[in-house]
Amino acid sequence: MEFLLYFGDVFTPINFALLLAGTIGGLILGATPGLSPTMAVALLIPFTFQLEAAQGLILLGAAYTSTVAGGAVSAILLKIPGAPANIATTLDGHTMAQKGEGAKALQLSFLSSAVGGVFGVMLLIFLTPVLAQWALAFGPSHLFWLAILGVTIIGSLDGNSLVKGLLSGCIGLWLATIGFDDIMGAQRFIFHESLGGGINIIAALIGLFAIPQVITMFAKGRKQEGAEVLEVAKHKVSDAVRVMTKFPRALGIGTAVGSIIGLIPGVGGQIAGLVAYDQTKKFSSEREKFGTGHPEGIIAAESANNAMVGPSLVPLLTLSIPGSPTAAVLLGGLLIHGIFPGSDLFDNHPDVAWTFINSMLVGQILMCIFGLYVAGLAARVAQVPQSVMAAVVLALALFGSYSVQSSMGDVYVMASLGIMMYFLERFGFSAAPLVLGLILGPIAESNFIQGSMIANATDGAFVYFFYGLLNVFLIGVVIASVVYSGWMELRHRRYTTKEEAMA
Amino acid sequence: MTPSLPRVQHIIGSGVVAVVGVTVTYISYTAQPAEAFLFPRLISSVFVVLALWTFAKACLGWTKVGEGLSARQMLNLAPGLAVALVYIFWAAKGLGFYTATAGAFFILLSLYDPAPHGAVTTWIKRAVITAVFSAVMYLLFAQLLNVFTPREVLF
Repeated sequence: MEFLLYFGDVFTPINFALLLAGTIGGLILGATPGLSPTMAVALLIPFTFQLEAAQGLILLGAAYTSTVAGGAVSAILLKIPGAPANIATTLDGHTMAQKGEGAKALQLSFLSSAVGGVFGVMLLIFLTPVLAQWALAFGPSHLFWLAILGVTIIGSLDGNSLVKGLLSGCIGLWLATIGFDDIMGAQRFIFHESLGGGINIIAALIGLFAIPQVITMFAKGRKQEGAEVLEVAKHKVSDAVRVMTKFPRALGIGTAVGSIIGLIPGVGGQIAGLVAYDQTKKFSSEREKFGTGHPEGIIAAESANNAMVGPSLVPLLTLSIPGSPTAAVLLGGLLIHGIFPGSDLFDNHPDVAWTFINSMLVGQILMCIFGLYVAGLAARVAQVPQSVMAAVVLALALFGSYSVQSSMGDVYVMASLGIMMYFLERFGFSAAPLVLGLILGPIAESNFIQGSMIANATDGAFVYFFYGLLNVFLIGVVIASVVYSGWMELRHRRYTTKEEAMA
Repeated sequence: MTPSLPRVQHIIGSGVVAVVGVTVTYISYTAQPAEAFLFPRLISSVFVVLALWTFAKACLGWTKVGEGLSARQMLNLAPGLAVALVYIFWAAKGLGFYTATAGAFFILLSLYDPAPHGAVTTWIKRAVITAVFSAVMYLLFAQLLNVFTPREVLF
């Protein structure tokens, strides 16, 4: 119950003001199609430089939580999911809005998001310290395999091609080696003076997530987005609460599925929402109503995508392995304050860790309260023209990457990586494994070197890296994730070929 | 998009990645001191195999993932990308961040705003949005965050 000791810290004037700003800003950003939660959090990082570590994390955590929930606004009122996590919400949410039940759909979405979100954060609160203690048993070889696992699992599960996913991860791992080697001080892959200090993670994150979005908006040309915002008639919140309590199964399945999926690195909110929707439909007695504006569909999808937010941070806070791109961005937010997450985070910086986690708990409640009232406004903001949005994001990316170290080199790196990522995405590569590779590269390398030194002094590298229960288990999971993904890809291809032949 | 265009694009795209993979592998195995390149060797070995595999698949026309770019998309993004490149790689440092931002913002807005170019009100609206945005950026970065950009905060 250590978290209760720091609960009051969330309510200091500055912390609470940041929590409010992050929540309201996140709801509006989340409602804007094209601004993903990861990109929103990445663009916010430069604003945390002047803040204390806990304050910066409060802002980023609140933005993360609310952008996921805010995405439901445009999913329901515009039929455009604000984020991939809200795809399942569109299925019943927009149909309800078309029937004139937009307010009810929004209320159900925020209420179920809050229930799922609070459960997810509670899981984070109770699981993290236990796993952090368990993580003390991890040696360099285990941490090396864990870092590799982080890259392979995202490389194999994110995107449609296993080979391109893994290749993206390799590119990220290679990018992480650019600069001066930590041990020998040797220059590695410094092709330009801007790369002398290596690739700055914050600048890279901004470039990899923001610039491809900007170019995507350019590629659409002068086209006017034709989405129409549906009207939101008044609806009593108490009625929405009553509807939600009528469907405890949907809420339970959504929350459980979201929490479990959140714990698995690489499986994002999109999967959580869709799996929860599908499972709830299977177990529902009114399954024929799904897709026609049924409340259960919204409850399941929204409780799931917010329930995964808390657990998705468990690997980051315990093992310093970010399980998702957004967690990787939050890691960047921690690193700029000189704080390295992992087993000793709760011993050395309990105030930062617990204030951050507690703020996410309070943030879920605030997100629900404000979500119910700013949804209409957020939907209007979601209609900001793409031309304005592209120019705003581009300027924020330039200023944000420059302000990291007041270096034009970081700006050039940001832009180069962003442009490269846009074209790579067009050819089926994915940003998530590349980012994870970039973040986990230094962790993998330092543990690989440390492990090699230990191995040289003991039984040799093979025994050190490949023997032992934990090593074997981690290697097994690495192989299993790759094999499973390859099998799924093959199956999907056979199915598609058969469908094409039948057509 | 013509059927052959994506294949050519995939060959070019994966070819570039393969060249990078081969270069990285070559450097990793030849550069000194060798100890500093132990980890890059490990990564680049996997990198080059995957990159060559992807390139071979693209050459054989087996690539299934990735839509490539249509001619329309290329034409649409070209002016915006050109403005962005000039803005980032020259104007921001050469003219100063705030001047360059105002200029780039106004040009991008004018290029991609679906409102008719003939109407005076459209241009006034664009100028007002640019002015408000520039002011917000100045207040945010120069005043609130104390970020000292090249050519001092006034520009």
